[in-house]
Amino acid sequence: MDPQTIIAKRIAQELGAGMLVNLGIGIPTQVANYVPSGIHIYFQSENGLIGTGPIPEQGMSERYLTDAAGQPVSALPGACTFDSAMSFGLIRGGHLDVTVLGGLQVDELGQLANWMIPGKMVPGMGGAMDLVTGAKRVIVAMQHSAKGKSKIVKRCTLPLTSLRRIDLLVTELAVISFAEGVPTLLETAPDVSVHDVLEATEAELRVPAGVPHMNIGVAP
Amino acid sequence: MKTIALEQAVELIPDGASVMVGGFMGVGTPERLMDELARQGKRDLTVIANDTAAPGRGIGKLISADVVGRAIVSHIGLNPETQKKMIAGEINVDLVPQGTLIERIRSAGFGLGGVLTPTGVGTVAEEGKRQMEVDGKAYLLETALDADFALVEAFLSDYYGNLVYALTSRNFNPVIAMAAKTVIVDAAHIVPVGMISPDHVVTPAVLVDYLIAHE
Repeated sequence: MDPQTIIAKRIAQELGAGMLVNLGIGIPTQVANYVPSGIHIYFQSENGLIGTGPIPEQGMSERYLTDAAGQPVSALPGACTFDSAMSFGLIRGGHLDVTVLGGLQVDELGQLANWMIPGKMVPGMGGAMDLVTGAKRVIVAMQHSAKGKSKIVKRCTLPLTSLRRIDLLVTELAVISFAEGVPTLLETAPDVSVHDVLEATEAELRVPAGVPHMNIGVAP
Repeated sequence: MKTIALEQAVELIPDGASVMVGGFMGVGTPERLMDELARQGKRDLTVIANDTAAPGRGIGKLISADVVGRAIVSHIGLNPETQKKMIAGEINVDLVPQGTLIERIRSAGFGLGGVLTPTGVGTVAEEGKRQMEVDGKAYLLETALDADFALVEAFLSDYYGNLVYALTSRNFNPVIAMAAKTVIVDAAHIVPVGMISPDHVVTPAVLVDYLIAHE
């Protein structure tokens, strides 16, 4: 299983019926593919849509129906559309149950940096600062390391997205919770040991006794 | 509300004007107005919008044609030309969190001096701003943002200028229609008065100054 699939499958288990959920661009978008059928989740696109559905079949796209990257999507029965003030009112106002975003760094305080690398990449924060500040639960989906360096660091060196502590981090190696204020290793990937995770992580992790493997449909 | 030819509508916009443009990655952006601004060779506009779309699309056309002197936007990540011109010092880019940007525009349109938002506290977005504490929680004071012109794309307009938007092309459009001195609308369909139910009107006709005539 490739890293993205492991991350997306595991995060899908965090979503429940009736939740309002925002999925960021990249790995987070794939989370929707692994929600069990029959569970109705309200996916929000911050460009003004609740009820975002799958990418339409070839030739069936509508230029006025798009996701936050401007790409064609479909809308599920019960969908609704609104302007950007309403969309960010939902996000900032405490109405969004879960936001799933990508990350560049997460640190021991649970703070996230995900919107710029000074001098290299300045895409702008878009909706990320509002999402992390306002959502009830913040889940970060990112690969554990980049170019052999841990992205889970002692202190973020890149500009922060928010002071707000994230709730959960899922990588292709581990599930790490920040719910108790310190990064705590909750699970490891099916073929990964606690030792492997600690080796690959710059931040200090709390390791409870008997850390289980992720239950994502592959034998350990 | 007056109907106006595309060319004449764009002639109203002087070099150096501040212009709000509807759209999210080009979706809901009045493309004909973008093309005409580029064709007339406008210079040094301050563009206020969600993003600069992508080359060849929406506001991306204005970036490529050197129409824009300053962009106040939340995101430029999908337009490498904007990033290149920003680094080369050809365009000033003010990056504003998306929810803050739309609320600053809404404030101007709704007669407010600004809003208090928790977004950006403790990040580079707080630089130069007043921080305030209300009931023990920290907020940034984000001031109102208005403009000389708003360029709006609607799905339907009736002959008076009552507007309806389609799906995700609504985004910034109804909010900018409140916040600019002169509001210019391009509608995909122009229909007789009475065909839009009062309950379905999103932008009241009184806000619209010009509707681009269909040929």
